[in-house]
Amino acid sequence: MSAPPPPMSLLAELTHRCPLQCPYCSNPLQLEPRPQELDTEDWKRVLSEAAEMGVLQVHFSGGEPMARPDLPELVAHAAKAGLYSNLITSGMLLNAKNLQELADAGLDHIQLSFQDAEAESADHIAHMTGAHAKKLEAAQLIKTEGLPLTLNFVIHRQNCERVPAMLALAEQLGARRVEIAHTQYYGWGLLNRNALLPSRAQVEETEKVVAEARVRLSGRMSIDFVTPDYYADRPKPCMGGWGQRFLNVSPAGKVLPCHAAESIPGVQMPSVAEESLANIWENAPLFRLFRGTDWMPEPCQSCAFKEDDWGGCRCQALALAGDATATDPVCHRAPGHDLITQAITERPETPPPFHYRRYGNAKV
Amino acid sequence: MISENSILRFARGTRLQHDRVRDVWFIQAPERAFHADPIAVEVLQLIDGTRNVGGILDLLCQKFAAPRDIIAQDVLTLLRDLATKQVLQAI
Ligand code: SF4
Ligand code: SF4
Repeated sequence: MSAPPPPMSLLAELTHRCPLQCPYCSNPLQLEPRPQELDTEDWKRVLSEAAEMGVLQVHFSGGEPMARPDLPELVAHAAKAGLYSNLITSGMLLNAKNLQELADAGLDHIQLSFQDAEAESADHIAHMTGAHAKKLEAAQLIKTEGLPLTLNFVIHRQNCERVPAMLALAEQLGARRVEIAHTQYYGWGLLNRNALLPSRAQVEETEKVVAEARVRLSGRMSIDFVTPDYYADRPKPCMGGWGQRFLNVSPAGKVLPCHAAESIPGVQMPSVAEESLANIWENAPLFRLFRGTDWMPEPCQSCAFKEDDWGGCRCQALALAGDATATDPVCHRAPGHDLITQAITERPETPPPFHYRRYGNAKV
Repeated sequence: MISENSILRFARGTRLQHDRVRDVWFIQAPERAFHADPIAVEVLQLIDGTRNVGGILDLLCQKFAAPRDIIAQDVLTLLRDLATKQVLQAI
């Protein structure tokens, strides 16, 4: 196999600690505890190495990345290395002082997550009273400071009827971008699938609302829409292809091709504690496993779309079909497609209570 | 609508950046990096928040010894597109 192209972006998951408990959180079920977290110097080395490899953008994420007191120092280091820096935050720990520190450090952009457009439901989803009000304050502070702001809404059966209100809130708060992202069903999201999975009618309604709003808001606010692949005909090109564009570093320093890749069995998770980022990117067995198309089974191997969607998501294939090398069950041609149809038909009329994301709460 | 009288600047959180590893230029913007072709790079390097679009066109005509009306059309299309993408803003 020839050398892979350099990665475009780095997701730096600084910590899994977070004040909120969203039931669709993209963190793994086994959250890494604070004592395992990389220290400031480790992260600086990772950022420098990433910039040298050709990474253009770093996304500081978590958990709640603002739970790390060294965040401004890391942002300043990223800026010095020429990386574009994005902060993905719940806003719960944001105040005028630390916002100013981040701006002074050279932060380029903030993505602020909301759980709903309306406080009561938002606080229920985040499992914290007052969370929504705190986020509104955070958005005001960011707006006043002037940093470009993206609002992120993860949507599901219990909030998707309020997409119009979410868009209105984003407009009102002066966001430059808004992300309306249907829940992805891995980890915590999969655990909560019955409480989250929308109906086909709900999905179609969100698509319609977003399409109309895009026309209306053109040039003022752009909308990123993530579709729920359960209702699609073909899977998503997960991460733009395994090990093609994207690197994820976990709080403890594991380097992954996507944030769910830790679930892949039988292969060692490479770590920045042991090897350079460049060496991992090029040579680690985990990164080579599903790079390109050689590994593909049928029906993907002889399919015309194999370089469009790369056979879909490996972690979804593993989580649903029990085999990371299988065709993503979302695909209509996949042998495991029944699993998706079944999940949709067996969706209960009334959503069950949430199984909240927190340390030690992974067991069903 | 952007015209020859408009004065443009990069919106906060966007910038033109040379990528040493790939030896190409990118427009860095919130959560995305657009590849900038060599012509776009020539134009964007002249955006400084003080010179108007007409002034940029004059400089490009000189540099490339090309007829102004042809350049003007292409450059305005490019700039309007980047304004729609919220990369550039008029002052
Ligand atoms: S999804 Fe919710 S629980 Fe997970 S890190 Fe973000 S704010 Fe915290
Ligand atoms: S068969 Fe494989 S390559 Fe073809 S559309 Fe389905 S997942 Fe994609």
